[in-house]
Parts: sequence; C-alpha cells; structure tokens
Amino acid sequence: MSRSGITRTVIWAAIALCVGIVVFAIIAYRPAIAAVTRPDPRLFDAALVARGANLARLGNCVSCHQAAGERPYAGGYPIKTPFGTVYGSNITPDPATGIGEWSPAAFNRAMREGVGRDGSHLYPAFPYTHYANVTDSDLGALYAFLMTRPAVRAVPPANTMIPPLGFRPLLAGWKLLFLRPQPMASDPRQSAAWNRGRYIGETLAHCTACHSPRGLLQQEKRGAEAYDGGWSGGWYAPPINARSPAVRAWTVDRLDAYFRTGLSTAHAAAAGPMGPVTYNLARAAPADVRALATYYAWQMREAPAARVEPPLPDRRASASQRHPVGARLYEGACAVCHEPGAAMMVAGRPVLPLGTPLHEDNPRDTIQIILQGLRPPVSARGPYMPAFADALDDRQVAEIVAYLQVRHGSGPAWKDLEKDVAKAREEGE
Amino acid sequence: MSGQASRRDVLGGLLVAFSFAPAALAQTGGGEGSGGPPTVAPDLPGTLAKFPDLDAWIRIAPDGRVTVFTGKVELGTGVKTAMAQLVADELDVAIERVDLITADTSLTPNEGVTAGSQTLEQSGTAVANAAANVRLLLAETAAGRWGVAATSLFTRDGAVLDGQGRRATYAELAASTSLAVRARADVPRKRLAARRLIGRPVPRVDLPAKLTGLPSYVHDMVLPGMVHARVLRGPSSGTRLTPDLAALRRQSGVAKVVQVGRFAAIVGPREWPLEQALRVANRGRWVRDAAVPALPPMPAGLLTMRRESQVIDTRRDDPAARGIRRLSARYDRPYLMHGAIGPSCAVALFEEGRLTVWTHSQGVEPLRQAIAELLAMPVDRIRCVHREGAGCYGHNGADDVAGDVALIARAMPGVPVRLQWSREQEHGWEPLGPAMLAQVDATLDASGRIVDWRHQVWSNTHSTRPTAAGDLLAGSEVVPPFTPTPPKPIPQPNGGGDRNAIPLYRFPNQTIVSHFLPDMPVRVSALRGLGAHLNIFALESFMDELAVAAGRDPVAFRLAHIDDPRAAAVIRRAADRFGWGRYRPASNRGRGFAFARYKNHGAYCAVALDVERIPDEGRLIVHRAVAAVDSGEAVNPDGIRNQVEGGIVQSLSWTAIEAAGHDGARRTDYDWSTYPILRFADAPRSVSVEVIDRPGTPFLGTGECAQGPTAAALGNALAAATGVRSRSMPLAAGSPTPV
Amino acid sequence: MIDLTVNGAAARVDVDPATPLLYVLRDDLHLHAAKFGCGLGQCGACTVLVDDRPVFSCLMPVGAIGTRKVTTVEGLGTAAKPGDVQRAFLHEQAAQCGYCIPGMMTRAEGLLRKTTTPTEYAMRTAMAPSLCRCGTHMRILRAVRRAAVMRGGGVVDAAEPVT
Repeated sequence: MSRSGITRTVIWAAIALCVGIVVFAIIAYRPAIAAVTRPDPRLFDAALVARGANLARLGNCVSCHQAAGERPYAGGYPIKTPFGTVYGSNITPDPATGIGEWSPAAFNRAMREGVGRDGSHLYPAFPYTHYANVTDSDLGALYAFLMTRPAVRAVPPANTMIPPLGFRPLLAGWKLLFLRPQPMASDPRQSAAWNRGRYIGETLAHCTACHSPRGLLQQEKRGAEAYDGGWSGGWYAPPINARSPAVRAWTVDRLDAYFRTGLSTAHAAAAGPMGPVTYNLARAAPADVRALATYYAWQMREAPAARVEPPLPDRRASASQRHPVGARLYEGACAVCHEPGAAMMVAGRPVLPLGTPLHEDNPRDTIQIILQGLRPPVSARGPYMPAFADALDDRQVAEIVAYLQVRHGSGPAWKDLEKDVAKAREEGE
Repeated sequence: MSGQASRRDVLGGLLVAFSFAPAALAQTGGGEGSGGPPTVAPDLPGTLAKFPDLDAWIRIAPDGRVTVFTGKVELGTGVKTAMAQLVADELDVAIERVDLITADTSLTPNEGVTAGSQTLEQSGTAVANAAANVRLLLAETAAGRWGVAATSLFTRDGAVLDGQGRRATYAELAASTSLAVRARADVPRKRLAARRLIGRPVPRVDLPAKLTGLPSYVHDMVLPGMVHARVLRGPSSGTRLTPDLAALRRQSGVAKVVQVGRFAAIVGPREWPLEQALRVANRGRWVRDAAVPALPPMPAGLLTMRRESQVIDTRRDDPAARGIRRLSARYDRPYLMHGAIGPSCAVALFEEGRLTVWTHSQGVEPLRQAIAELLAMPVDRIRCVHREGAGCYGHNGADDVAGDVALIARAMPGVPVRLQWSREQEHGWEPLGPAMLAQVDATLDASGRIVDWRHQVWSNTHSTRPTAAGDLLAGSEVVPPFTPTPPKPIPQPNGGGDRNAIPLYRFPNQTIVSHFLPDMPVRVSALRGLGAHLNIFALESFMDELAVAAGRDPVAFRLAHIDDPRAAAVIRRAADRFGWGRYRPASNRGRGFAFARYKNHGAYCAVALDVERIPDEGRLIVHRAVAAVDSGEAVNPDGIRNQVEGGIVQSLSWTAIEAAGHDGARRTDYDWSTYPILRFADAPRSVSVEVIDRPGTPFLGTGECAQGPTAAALGNALAAATGVRSRSMPLAAGSPTPV
Repeated sequence: MIDLTVNGAAARVDVDPATPLLYVLRDDLHLHAAKFGCGLGQCGACTVLVDDRPVFSCLMPVGAIGTRKVTTVEGLGTAAKPGDVQRAFLHEQAAQCGYCIPGMMTRAEGLLRKTTTPTEYAMRTAMAPSLCRCGTHMRILRAVRRAAVMRGGGVVDAAEPVT
C-alpha cells in the first residue's frame, strides 16, 4: 500500500472512529433530569402509599436496597456478578444520598430505562429490563411509597467492576442488545388471578432474574429457556417451569403457603436468596401472593410431579454402604433433626427427600444449605438450621451430600462434589 | 446487755461497731416463696423466726472456716455472694473463709421455696442476724476467758481482740462456744459505717468456677458407677406416647427399660446411644390425653372460662369525686415459656432403702414430700439436695425431672442415675407462665386527676409447684395416677394472677377484682413476676393513656398520683438519668416510662426506654434503657444491677416477641425455632441501672422487679413512636406492618 | 479409637465416630465447660473452638475432627490463672446463672482470633448463635468489648464504652 493509501486509510478510520464515538455518545447520552425539592411526605395519599408498599414487597426491593443490619431501602447490599460487585443504591428520600431530589419522571425513567436522575446508565443488576411494563399508576404508587420512607443518609460502598465496565456509557450498548421490552397484553383465556400473577411475576417480582439462565453478558435468556433454572448469590434457583425437579406438585395452595410462610410442608423451607423473597411476600397483599402462586403453578403444570408424585426414596442401606463416612457424619450431625423420631419430624416438618435440592441436576443447593444453614425466612419463628461451614471441611460436606443423594435423591450421581463445595464456599460468602 | 453496751462508746471496739438494726427486719411472707414450718419465734427476724437456733444457720469449724446453712438456693441471681457478704461482714471474717450450704433437706433449715424475690428478705435477714449473734457469743467466750466485759472487745478478721495485745481466733473460741442456742432478737447488727462488704459490689463467689469450666451444675455431676437415663414422653404436655418398648430393649446402648405404669424411661452407660434410642422411642404412637380440656382461642377464651371472682381491694375515700371522662382498655399476654438454656436434669441414688436426689428444684422440701408420696416411702428416708441448674425463672421442669429420676433410681438400687430432659421435652412439658387478660377502667376529673380506678384480671393459678405426687408429671403417669393438688389463688399481699393488680398510686376510689380461673387447659405455673408482668403492663400502660387524655407528661402524671416518697424518688431518678425532659422525639422513635414496686412491698423500680420501630420491618431497636431501683439496703449493688439489667432484657424478649404456640389441642413448640427468644442482634444498644441504696433499711426483693415496668415502658415507648397503642403481647412479633 | 487434641493435650477415646464431640468432652474427657442446651445447634451452650472456629459441639461428629485442634473454656485459662476472655467476663461480672457463658466465651474467643477490631454489628452477629435466657446480653457484650481491648484492638462504633 502506498504511503498516501495508508494515510487515507488512517484518515477514514479516524473519521469512522469519531463518527462511531459521536453515534455512540448520542445513543448513550441521557440528559440529567432537574432535581426537585424533596416532596413533603404528608402530601402523598395514604392509600397510594399503601399500594406502593405492597408493590415494593412483591418486588422484593428491600433485599438489594438494604445492607445487613442497616435501614430498609438505604442501600449497600452487595450483588455479586461475574463482572464485579454492584451495591444496591440508597432509595430512601434523603436528598443528598438517596432519591429525595428525584421527580416522578426521573424515577420512572430509572425504572423503565435504567438511567439515573443524573443521566448515568444503571447496571442491570437493577432489573429494569423487567419494569418496562409496570403501569404508570403502579410506578406512581412505588414512588409515593419510597418518598414517604424515613430518609436515611447513607452512601453505599463504591461498585467494584472489572475494567472497563466501570465506564457506564458502555451499558448503553448492553441495553441496545437486551433492553427490548415486549408489550404484555392480558390473556383473556386465563383467569384474572393468572393475569395478575403474570403481571407481578414478570415485572416487579422479576422472578426470572434468578430462575432463568443467563447468557455471556449476563442477560436473562428468554423464550423456551425462561424459568429453566439460574444462579443467584452462589445458590441455584431451580427450574420453575415444566422442568421443575420438585417431587411434589407445586399446586396453587402449596405455592401460596410457601410464599406466605416460607415453608411448604410438601416440599421444604425457603432457603438462600428465596428466604428474603418469602419474607417480603409474607407481608404483601394475600390476593396478589395467591395470584403469583396461580401463575407459577401454571408455569409448572407440565412438570413431572404435576403428573405423578413419585414415592419418596429412602435407600438407607445402600447409601451407608456406598458412603460410610457420609453416613457416620450424617448420624452425628444431621440425624438429630432429620431422622424419623426427631422432634422436628414428629412435629410434621418435611422429610429430606421432599426438598427439591436433592433432585436438582447439581448439588449446589444441598451444599449451600449445609454450609450456610437456614434462617427462619419470614419471622423469628420458623424453620432454622445451623451452618456447618466452620464445622465440616469440603471433603466432609461432600461425603454427606453424596450420602444424601444416594439415600434420598434422584438423577445421576453428582460429580466433583468436593470441588463444588469449595466453589460454593467462595461464591456464597 | 448487748443493747446497753452497744450504746456505750467503747474504744473503737466491737460494740462501738454495733448499732441497732432497723426495727424488725422481718418481712411479709406467705404465698410464693414461703412455706416451711410455722413460726416459733415471732420476735426474730427473717426465717430465724422459724429456726431460732444459731447452729441451724452458722457453724465454725476447728480451722476457723465458717459454714452458712441456708434453705434458699442460688438460681443465678448471686444470692450466695450476698449471703456470704452478710455473714462475713457481720461476723468479721474474710469472705473467702465463708462456705455456703444451700438447700439440703438433711442439712439446712426448711425455707420452703426459693421464689418471689424473698431470699434476702427471709434467709438473708436470718443469716445476717444469726451472724451478729454468733459474733457476740464468740466475744462473750473470749471475755469469759480473759475476765473482761464483752463490751470492751472487738473483732477483726476472724478473731476477737482486746486492743491490748490479746487475740483469740474464732477457731479457738468456737470449740468452747455452743451455737446450739436460740438467737436473741436484741443483738444489733453492725453499725453502717463499720461495714466492709455489705453495700459493696463484691465479685460473685461462684463465677471463677463457672467461667473456667469447673463442675458447677447438677448437669455436671458424676458419681462412681453413674448411668444415664432418658424419659419417654409424647411431644408435649397433654399427650401420651406409646413407645415400642420391645424395640427399645433391643437397641444398642440401652441397658434397661424402666416402666412404672405409663411412666417409661431408658437407661444406659452412655448418653449418645440413649439420644439415638430416644428417636426410636419417639417413632411410637402418641395420642392426646383426653383428660386435658381443649384450649379456647386466646386471649378472649379467658373470659369464657369458669371463674372464681374476688374483690381483693376496694376504696371509697371520695365517693363524691366527679369525673368528666371515663377510659377503658384491655391488655393481655400469651402463655410464656421459662425457657431455661439447660434442659432440666437430676441425679438420684437409691441405696439401702434410702433415696438421695440432687436437684435444681427451687423447693427441695416440698419436692421431698412429693417424691415420698410418689414412691410410697417415708419422708425421712429421702434426701433432696440442691445443685444449681441453668436459670429457671420460676417453676419449670426441675421438679418433674427429679420425680422422674426418683422412679428410675428406685428401680436400680445402688446405681446412681443421671437424667436429663431433651430440649424438646423441656419445651413441650415445662409448665408455662399463664396467659392473662386485664381490663382497666378509670375516670379523670376536670383537673386531670384520676378519681376512680377499676382493675380486673383473669388468670389461672400462678403456682402448681409440687407439694404432692400428683403435681409431678411422673405422678400422673404411674398407675393408678395421683391426683394433682387443686389449684388455688395465692393470697394478697403477694398475690398470684393479681400480683401488683392493686396500684401503689393513691386514687380516691378504686376496686380491684381478681378472676381466678381454676381450669387449666394448659399446664401452667410460676414464671418470674407471676401476674405482675401483665398487671403492671396494664396499669402502667393505662397511666400513660390517661396522661395523654389529661394532656399531662407521663412522668409528672405519675408523680401527681403517688404519695410514697421512695416511689417518687425512684421515678425522678430514672427520669433524670434518662434525660426525660430533654428528650427529642424522632420519626418512628419515642420514649416510654413505667414504674412499679414489686408486690407493693418489694423493690421499687422505674424504667425509661428510648425505642425505635423500623417501618416496613416492625423490628424494634431499643436505643437506651435506663432504670432506677430501690432495693432497700443494697447488699451487693452490682448484683442488683445485674438482676435489673437481666430483667429488662428478659422482659423485652417476653413482651416484644414471645408467645407459646398451641393448636387448640396441644402445645406446638419443641425448640428455639418454634419458640424464639431475643438474640444479641436485638438486645438493647445500652442499658444502665442506677441503684438507690438505703443502708439500714430492710432488704427488698429485687429479682423480679423489672419485668413489669419494662413491659409497660416498651408499650408506652412504642405508642409514642408510632402513634398506635399495642395492648396485646407480643408487641413486635406478628404485628401487622403498618406503612 | 479416635485421637484428638483438646486444649493442647492429646486424648484418645474409644467411641462411635458419629458421637457428637459434646458427649466425648463431658462424659469421656470430663471437661464440663461445654454444656448441653439443645443438641440441635440452636442455642450455642455447647460451643467450642475447632481450629479457631466456633462450632456447636453437639452437632460435631467426633470422627470428623481429625487433626484439628479443639479448645474448650478449660483451655482458655483456669480459675487461678484465667485467660483474657475469662478475665474480661469476670471483670464485667458477665453471668447470672452462667450456664450459657462457656459457649459465649468460646464464641467470643473465636471472633477475637479472627479480628480484634470487629464493629458492634459484627460482634453482635458473631455472638448471635448463642442464646442467653437470664438477659445477661449487655454484660456479655461489654465483656467481649473489653476482651477486644485487652487483645490490643477494640470494638469499632461500640454501643457502650469500655470503662
């Protein structure tokens, strides 16, 4: 190539780059929306605030917008992603550190477009991809609710994203690819409860955020793969569609009870990140919770257990034979609660094989429950299990898991258990 | 002689240090915590009136060590330390040289039950006065030897001195001093200024052992050849288990199955195999005990139960007083658990026709009676020895497990047996503190003063402490079963369900009615404070409601209605220390105040709280708790602070989050996940307790004084914080989450 | 036969390896500090350290300990020579009945071996698995704060000052 040819190419490339940058800048640019004076909380209609409270609970907002031991909605909860840790923001009406200066327009834009009042793009750890279909009226109620919370002055820790993802305008590109709201028309063939449940579940409750697999760029997979099981905070969120591995049908009644109490006597207690979800659902409008149950029971209507509930396996002898170390550990550490005759069993708490984890295609939830235990999900009173992370090493946890899967589980034997215990410890911290 | 001598000014000596103790230290007795033989020496203070001989209380060994015998027991309140302080100070010996023998039916005076915050009032008063007597006797012995007047002598560190170089140790003198003599009522106690230990925060004598793992509890007892036992019962009170005893006999680690009627237990050399066998047993069928009535929905069900009503107090000082505004409110609490951290435990040995039971019962003497009847043995062949347990806060499974182990031990002569209940047995079978309901009506006059007050309380008995075999669980399981002692109310001035129902405030007209409910669908008994917890909650919540109605500050409103200066002092002190007048309320945050004198004759206690309720969660943060307490003469101020701090935290747990579960047919709690109690995260940010010492005045029972005021202060603070008054406990758990 | 290292000393016991450590400590080794409270890992009365970590010994199969070192309250000091956590608890008179306190002390020891400068919240969270029924919470927290200071640190944003 001639010298002038090279020059030309460079010039054109430079022009292209500049144009690209300008175009990208145009795409990425969002103006700031003017700050407002914090609205007087007394001016909001109490009924509207109450409606917003319910929606916030259905949306599980507080789980990411509250750090352990701190005030609700003041932010600071770490959300770990493969690209770094994002901290939930302060969404109390504190003008300096929260959203006190946000107008309804700024709030609605954040919810639907993932853009902060100052025009910066928000990380999709904030699940705005779900909120496009939230009605104006519901957004208004949520706004009213948040603006009437006690203002808390609190700045969450700075996000720790891997470079170059700290550069927020890049998120515009992500949005181009994945922020594709589909309109959601009500389905006249389905009941009102179903439609309500779908509206809540697909929008504010953002259930797929945990229960759907994600792509390379952490986008939720949709379509046929929706609700096919996903990952959250080092836990596995099992499929809640036709591939639900539960061994007992998730009927509307059972789901409803599970959502409201954190415990399904035909399954198990809500563990890991599902615990806080039930904490909030327990405080939401019962009719809406029932609607959610209606919709998700429908999602799982074709699941194996919906057709036939299999007998519960208890292969005690073969499990002991194949995993004698696990059997002994189980006897000393687990049997006191989980064997027949234990007080918890006499009281009618679900037996181990009823829990879904032992029937999942990976051991993660079984491992995490052993490592982290179980906190009573909806109030101080409720299912509890101590954490064994400090008592048992990786090999010992693996032995127990292997024993349990043979004894009560289904599916092919889990592999590389010890490695997964180590990974579970790391991801679950 | 000593009376005269005490007034003489002898050179810095013994009797100078004496002063007349405040007029009779004898206390009101009766009801909870009383018992024992009749009074034989009414002129003597405390339990000396029942056991007037000095050697019943104090003995001095040839090496000079002093042994104190008390029929009261250490429940974790520090009374051992307080008693040691009293004796060491009155006797002038080092506290390290004082040993305490607590309740042992073979060794100690029968002081009934350790309850009702009466240990120092009764036994403390007795040993202090006995020690003063003994000191004088020792001085008289020395005086006799040296041919001088006792009044010219003084004592120091376990010896009598004449100030001229002659010294005789107690060890020497004791050999020729008989303590088998009756105490004299006129022996004065030490002059206040001469006290070295009383009134000081002496460290607890029992803590070094407990904090370094030395065996300290009945749970820790090991006897040669001892075996372990587990008792077999249904999941909760009101059920009967049918275990497969044949399967249990085949179970490895089970050496013996003991069966007496429907009572059954397993015995073996090691604990763990028994725990495993217990699960096998619990797979057996259980049925509901048809004899137990169904439980109506609470608390309204209390109003529908058969009742025996009694007006316990009435006053018409000013029938003409004209009220302009009448208010009414109802308050209630659910059944509450004692919830000892250590499940009940006992050890027994039956040998050569004699039975010894080591127990953490609060009443070894009545327990002995009950066991004697259960085993059809003469009382004098049974010995019950107190060994400490985990804190009990009233009548829990301690007595029942002792009855259980007695039955087992009798079946295994010569073998010591240790029986420990499981956690689920403690949760399922211990008697609960009764559910209660109170209604208060009052009228305000135009000046905002209360002119008429009516308080009614509905409650079961607050004591089913065993006095007979039928009161023990095992007694209802042997065949034929024994009949429980019919429940009866504890009379005023202590009261049971109506404890503290009578206001200490001065109202011109009042009527107090106690509705005693004899039928017990739920097994209930004494829980720390008895009825005081709910009655004070009701009374002091209502005082705040009336203050609001009258437009008065709650503290000023209380002061306007009280004429007891010590009560007023406690109220003022708590308010001052809290900074009541300077308090600035914040959103969802408020202050609450409450006061009571426990039983109206025990300690005075006022509590002020600064409480925040987190909206959307309902979680409570107690930012600050400040209490003032007047326990009369404060033997150990740190012990008092410890009791009151603990009482505040425990009462916060009771009042805010606790409620025993019941499905109408039976109790449903079996562990700490079904009956949660307060954990560290929800403990107050800070608690401070101010002790107002009243040297020279009678000891006032303190152990239970904070339960009621804390409950009401919490209710009042929450009402201030949220604008909504909660009158039903638990105040925090399960309450709706208003926006 | 199972070999253990308890409070720095070797011990050998002949028990079923499934046996929870608590029963071995109490019944075989006659170390009575760790208490039976629930057997369910709910109350913490049985807490001991296994390699510096507080664990519920009632749910710790003795066969799972291996070469890890067990520390009970007996290993923290003696009545004649109490360790610093014990001294802190004695200084604060942080006990009523005392039954839960050995578990509290081992739990505090575990926390302080991890950090001597925990926040108030971290301290309360670390202590939360242990229950006290006497309501001695405030004194226990004071004792932990004092022990942190004795170890050269101190609780950050302490709710009550160490005096």
